[in-house]
Amino acid sequence: MAMWQPEIETMSREELTKLQSERLVWQVKRVYERVECFRKRMDEKGLKPEDIHGIEDLHKLPFSYKQDLRDYYPYGLFAEPLKNIARVHASSGTTGKKIVVGYTKKDLDDWANCMARQFYAVGADSESIIQVAYGYGLFTGGLGAHGGAEKINATVVPISAGNTQNQLQTMVDFESTVLCCTPSYALYLGESVQEAGLKDKLKLKAGVFGAEPWTEEMRNSIEEKLGIKAYDVYGLSEIMGPGVSYECECQSGMHVCEDMFIPEIIDPDTLEVLPWGSTGELVFTTITKEGFPIIRYRTRDICSLNPEPCKCGRTHIRMNKPHGRSDDMLIIRGVNVFPSQIEEVLLKVNDGTITPNYQIVVDRVNNNDTFDVNVEMSEEMFADDVKSIEKVEKFITDELRSLLGIGAKVHLVNPKSITRSEGKAKRVIDKRKLF
Amino acid sequence: MQINQLSIFVENKSGRLMEIMAVLEKAGINVSALSLADTTDFGILRTIVDDPEKAKLALRESGVIVKTAPVIALPIDDTPGGLAKMLAVLSNENVAVEYMYAFCTRTHGKAMMVLKVDDSAKAQAVLTQKGYGDVDPKEFFKH
Repeated sequence: MAMWQPEIETMSREELTKLQSERLVWQVKRVYERVECFRKRMDEKGLKPEDIHGIEDLHKLPFSYKQDLRDYYPYGLFAEPLKNIARVHASSGTTGKKIVVGYTKKDLDDWANCMARQFYAVGADSESIIQVAYGYGLFTGGLGAHGGAEKINATVVPISAGNTQNQLQTMVDFESTVLCCTPSYALYLGESVQEAGLKDKLKLKAGVFGAEPWTEEMRNSIEEKLGIKAYDVYGLSEIMGPGVSYECECQSGMHVCEDMFIPEIIDPDTLEVLPWGSTGELVFTTITKEGFPIIRYRTRDICSLNPEPCKCGRTHIRMNKPHGRSDDMLIIRGVNVFPSQIEEVLLKVNDGTITPNYQIVVDRVNNNDTFDVNVEMSEEMFADDVKSIEKVEKFITDELRSLLGIGAKVHLVNPKSITRSEGKAKRVIDKRKLF
Repeated sequence: MQINQLSIFVENKSGRLMEIMAVLEKAGINVSALSLADTTDFGILRTIVDDPEKAKLALRESGVIVKTAPVIALPIDDTPGGLAKMLAVLSNENVAVEYMYAFCTRTHGKAMMVLKVDDSAKAQAVLTQKGYGDVDPKEFFKH
């Protein structure tokens, strides 16, 4: 299949290393001068930008963390004045504050190129009709895919997420050829197509699915039900959004846009850089980002990198599907959820006088994530009338929805009924078996 | 007229009521009246027992969430219209009943009503005025 930017996508390793080195040196100097958090970390290590001569010095640089985005909320990590920031995106944070990232016009163009490479790699072009069923808004999914689809001059159908009947009708009537959404939603749509007997009426050829972990079984099932090829796309707003890495027609690992992002694999305990091929935590450095650059960002995703040449001809390294996390983050219906967020909400019950014990139970039923929160009842929360207790239940449900952006089913359970091991309650039960 | 009722949190799970009753049985508590309010997720068991304090302790020790709440208990005529007459007294004075349950004892030819109202003091005053008798909680447990 055709490539969007063949000169970059097939660049030799030697050229790529040279390009990465130049860009890294430029970025480190820039970030040191403009971003206080990064400068402090460099100074603590006794490092100066002049000490970084190329990617061989990358390992000397300090790491960045999700916490940094909270500490410097909202704009403290931007390397450009706001007048040069063309757009912001955000996701829910763990302390009630959102995680905010900013893009200059050029960043948005780079991002569109990432997604354009993805679309070309799955056989899309200007003839394609791309139905973007990711949510539009602060979430990077919708507008990220949208930008790439416009870049390749395809016809974009910006339908956004939800309303299955409308999605199907649109897919049939508008003759969409490419679908973008979360894999679990794709599977759900696939099932609905099957039920309605619409498969023969679809013009779909390919799907680009990401924002949550999925398995090979899910891929097979989506491909069969929708009659398409299903491709994986990876991204996170801290680095760019969808398109940081993407699958080509070979469907064997996601090519990292290495001219923009340098990936490393580290041991999350010793923090040592591991050789390519080893499994560890994925770390990214953005070497072209202007608005919100980040150095050695710890993604907490566990995966490995494969430098073997790919049959498609692209030279950019491939990462395999992340198969775990080095922290306690859950991805539920495409949304990042930390147990500490549940805790934060529960602290508000009874004005912080009590911290109810809780447990999160996540499962996948009919290809949709279920999200249940069991909260242990206490005398402080109990009242003689149903209304007051339902009010507590509703309060927790509403607060969770407003903080996380997704709905949870709250159940009040007996005290001491949540399993404890060594005195510590087991906070998360994930029955989905996604990794 | 005012007696102490136990309100118990019941998780919506099979066998839960039985467990609570077993705790009371073990503590030698006699239950004379009860009512269960339920929602899709949980229930509240309200009950009149012979020794509320002892029952509360035993339940607490078993990890059950329990509170005592004062309610009005009074005997009414066990005849057609007996309840309507009593409720009219409260309604005329704009006292609202939050919940209510009953049990019959044949000993006195009376039905015992347990009521939770929004204005307990007012309810007790008007009921006394209309001749509704007081009740000794111990009476509930006579056979």
